[in-house]
Amino acid sequence: MSDARHSSSGPSEVSATGVSRRKLLVTGAAGAAAAYGLSASGASARGLSSSIFKSAAAGSTSFGSNASDPVPKKAYANVFKAFTAKTGTKVDVNTVDHNTFQEQINSYLQGRPQDVFTWFAGYRLQFFAQKGLLTPIDDVWSTLKPQFNSAFQNASKGADGKFYFVPMYAYPWALHYRKSLFAEKGYKIPKTWAQFIALCKKMQADGITPIAFADKDGWPAMGTFDILNMRINGYAFHIRLMAGKEPWNGAKVKAVFNTWRQILPYTSDGALGLTWQEGAAQLVNKEAGMYMLGTFVGQQFTGADAKDLDFFPYPAINPKWGQDSVDAPIDGFAMSRKAKNTKEAKQLLTFLGSAAAENIYLKSDPNNFGANKNVSKARYTATQKKSAALVAGSKNIAQFLDRDTRPDFASTVMIPAIQQFLNKPDDVNSLVNSIQKQKKAIFGF
Amino acid sequence: MTTVATTEDTRPVRKRPLSVSRIILHAFLIITALFWLAPVAWAVFTSFRPYADTAKNGYVSFPNTLSLDNYRNAWSQAEIPLHFWNSMIVTLPAIVLILFFASMVAYVVSRFSFWFNVPLLIFFMAANLLPPQVIITPVYQMFLRIPLPTWLSESGLAYDSFVGLIAINVAFQTGFCTFVLSNYMKTLPKSLTEAARVDGASVTRQFFGIIMPLCKPAFAALAVLEFTWIYNDFFWAVVLMSSGDKRPITSSLTGLSGQYFTDNNLIAAAAVLVALPTILVFALLQRQFIGGLTLGSTKE
Amino acid sequence: MTNNIASADRPDGTPRKGRAVRLSGRDRIALAVMVTIPVIVVGGLVWFPTFASIGLSFTSWDGIGGITTAKWIGIENYNQVATIYPGFWPAVRHNLIWLAYLTFVATPFGLFLAYQLDKELRGSRVYQSIFFLPVVLSFAIIGFIVQLVYSPTQGLINGLFGTDVDWLGDPDVNLWAVLVLVGWRHAGYIMILYLAGLKAVDPSLREAAAMDGAGEWHAFRTVVFPALRPINIVIVVVTVIEALRAFDIVFIVNKGRNGLELLSILVTNNIIGEASRVGYGSSIAVILIVFSIIPIIVFVWNSFKETEKA
Repeated sequence: MSDARHSSSGPSEVSATGVSRRKLLVTGAAGAAAAYGLSASGASARGLSSSIFKSAAAGSTSFGSNASDPVPKKAYANVFKAFTAKTGTKVDVNTVDHNTFQEQINSYLQGRPQDVFTWFAGYRLQFFAQKGLLTPIDDVWSTLKPQFNSAFQNASKGADGKFYFVPMYAYPWALHYRKSLFAEKGYKIPKTWAQFIALCKKMQADGITPIAFADKDGWPAMGTFDILNMRINGYAFHIRLMAGKEPWNGAKVKAVFNTWRQILPYTSDGALGLTWQEGAAQLVNKEAGMYMLGTFVGQQFTGADAKDLDFFPYPAINPKWGQDSVDAPIDGFAMSRKAKNTKEAKQLLTFLGSAAAENIYLKSDPNNFGANKNVSKARYTATQKKSAALVAGSKNIAQFLDRDTRPDFASTVMIPAIQQFLNKPDDVNSLVNSIQKQKKAIFGF
Repeated sequence: MTTVATTEDTRPVRKRPLSVSRIILHAFLIITALFWLAPVAWAVFTSFRPYADTAKNGYVSFPNTLSLDNYRNAWSQAEIPLHFWNSMIVTLPAIVLILFFASMVAYVVSRFSFWFNVPLLIFFMAANLLPPQVIITPVYQMFLRIPLPTWLSESGLAYDSFVGLIAINVAFQTGFCTFVLSNYMKTLPKSLTEAARVDGASVTRQFFGIIMPLCKPAFAALAVLEFTWIYNDFFWAVVLMSSGDKRPITSSLTGLSGQYFTDNNLIAAAAVLVALPTILVFALLQRQFIGGLTLGSTKE
Repeated sequence: MTNNIASADRPDGTPRKGRAVRLSGRDRIALAVMVTIPVIVVGGLVWFPTFASIGLSFTSWDGIGGITTAKWIGIENYNQVATIYPGFWPAVRHNLIWLAYLTFVATPFGLFLAYQLDKELRGSRVYQSIFFLPVVLSFAIIGFIVQLVYSPTQGLINGLFGTDVDWLGDPDVNLWAVLVLVGWRHAGYIMILYLAGLKAVDPSLREAAAMDGAGEWHAFRTVVFPALRPINIVIVVVTVIEALRAFDIVFIVNKGRNGLELLSILVTNNIIGEASRVGYGSSIAVILIVFSIIPIIVFVWNSFKETEKA
């Protein structure tokens, strides 16, 4: 990622509109690939998509994007160019930075939203669908269905069973490590909690911080909560807990915090003052041995270091569940209720779900893997291959705490609560009681 | 009109010989100034370093390379010229309107004795002192419902329009300027307008012909302050402007932070670029700035 | 609007009360227009929303759909804020610490700087610019500075002095670390305001006091400071309001969590964001209004007294 940034920093290439002729050629080729990708996905799909594509020769639609980083921004631009080349439909893009986009989604969707916008799967999708701010897109999915496995299909539905979402890519959360460090010190990848603790002790004896940990921004620690909960209590309980249907002050949640406390001595000092980038730096510099984070941690590794980075799934705790669940947030697109150009918007969503569109996008994004079954794996990096395999091999896919529950609960209750736990790990009882009271107030039950 | 005592510093400057106490004072001020400058200087210094360097070696390290790359990238990635222009579209009309509204109210309050003068001052002053978070939800909901002709606002609403952003800044800042200007106008001798009134000049003539020109120093001072505040505002723009390409420069800076990855050195470079206009405005108008800022002055 | 107005009786000090002037109809209309337009703008965009917020604070509303979807729940929000919201009381305490710090440290330091710089001093203007610099910087660069200075692993302080303090993550330390930077900004602002005020003090008064043999401190205390009374009121209000409105530095550091809770941040975190809790956040906002309104009243009452006296 870092490399891509630097190579793209020439003034002529960075300017948003300045597209070199070479790029247009590339895009043209991608457009051809797009056609191929769609036709490969089944006869019925081909029939429907081509009829959609034919019907609007020169319409336009609009796209609200949270991809403000230069690399994904350019990737989307390429995707839209392929779309326009294929269908003649123009796409007006409004780009807002990721965090603002997310925090403003409420007012954005009620204001003047674009037809199609970037969004996330999970409760976060269902919430806005239920509030009537999204348009159901079952007709788009009649084309897309054969191209996605059931996990992605389910993640795209609202609580009412209708489709509201087109997935683009996903990335798993796992324990990252440096292969060279493990080889040098003879560390073995832990499969069970006991092995994990033993490894931590060994690393500590070697003068290495076993687990890099950083939670200044509040959200990274949620990944640890999620995985511990799913390992200890199982996926089904986790999802019910996130939906507010299980008590927070019961024995099960206490067990999660108590287990977490066991590994706190092995995590970075002063985690609450560290950004994830500083945590990643500890892993880069071999000051730390492992790091529980999404695969985007790879953005901090450059050159040879990038090839040295690997990950493994979180060790099993309760043999009942083994390693059957993983946090793998899915990013994709939804259609606003206020969409003006319904037909063109659906046309765009159909294209965005296609393997062709994902191929174009993923070329520039080596840390995510494509959601579409037919996405070309030939160009996948080792990380992408492993990510896809890890997710495909998991029975259950969670979306991450702040995507699986009400956003207000995640940000105003859970972030402070987890930070309080990290400050006072021994006071679990009063912590879970406080969470439970606030949960009741927010969920209303 | 020539005899008007403005509050501009008119004391004769007598350079004193350097006494011991003066030397101590200078030493103190220099040390303090260094402390004041150090964080900014450090940030500026870092903005010349590539991210890869500081990520690897930490920020407290000897720089391998110094370059303008961050500035170049920030300039194009953050689309500085576009967003700077947006900032000007919001800031300059807002300042003009604020000063105009504030001087009208200040004129009425300071040159006439109406029963409602004090309530009026409270009405304006207090509005400026409220925390902006307090009113954001209703303002947002109102802006979604206020239609504007499309030549004023592409969206057809006050929401997501420059007009809306200007309006909220004007409403929020007018109070402070009203207060400063009314104090300033009170220092203007009443005899000035008295003569004009005897000659039969209307209040509007007195206002535009006599009072407004005399308020120039106060306008300059307030323009500097308001420029800084509105230009640096980020709160209103983020909530009330949904189009990324219409955002003023301060709120658009966040566009340099990625979903996960943030190149802080790049942001530092962008932030330095963004800060330059305010520093420049202050440096250019410093003399008028302090001279024109009259906050309950007792000197006449 | 009354017809009879006393012409302004300042600043030449000769009161002319009672010398009523009759305004013509056109003049009255002109004055009415001059007042009405700003009143509509400020009333419509500041005061109306303020009262709307107060109303919303008694409802449960997620901000989606029309205002009719808000549910009236009485004082339940206030009850919850005070009883089960873990961030609320820390926020109140931090706002008070903030206020005490600004009042007793940052503001006096700003006054001290202003007083020194008001002497005929070589380079006074350069010093002024330097001390004012943090005031004109935007939040973005301040945020970066926070990280540069305080980062536990890569920061200037720990790097330079070999300390190992978790400046931003330790809830017992981070408030003070942030307050240092807050003082850095606040002192420059106060300095400028006082410089403007000090000009109003007759220099001959000051010199007379100094020549009497009284010490500088004595002269300042007995002559200069009392003469600064009008500006002191402004400064007090500015300080109180800044303490209540405190927001940006903390928001950049960690969104106001983990030892940095502030009322304005709690309002923002609840109101602005996905699936906002508008009613809940509004109730915190109303509490903030109540805290703000006291200094506002004191201030305006005082400036009113000034007006009457002069």
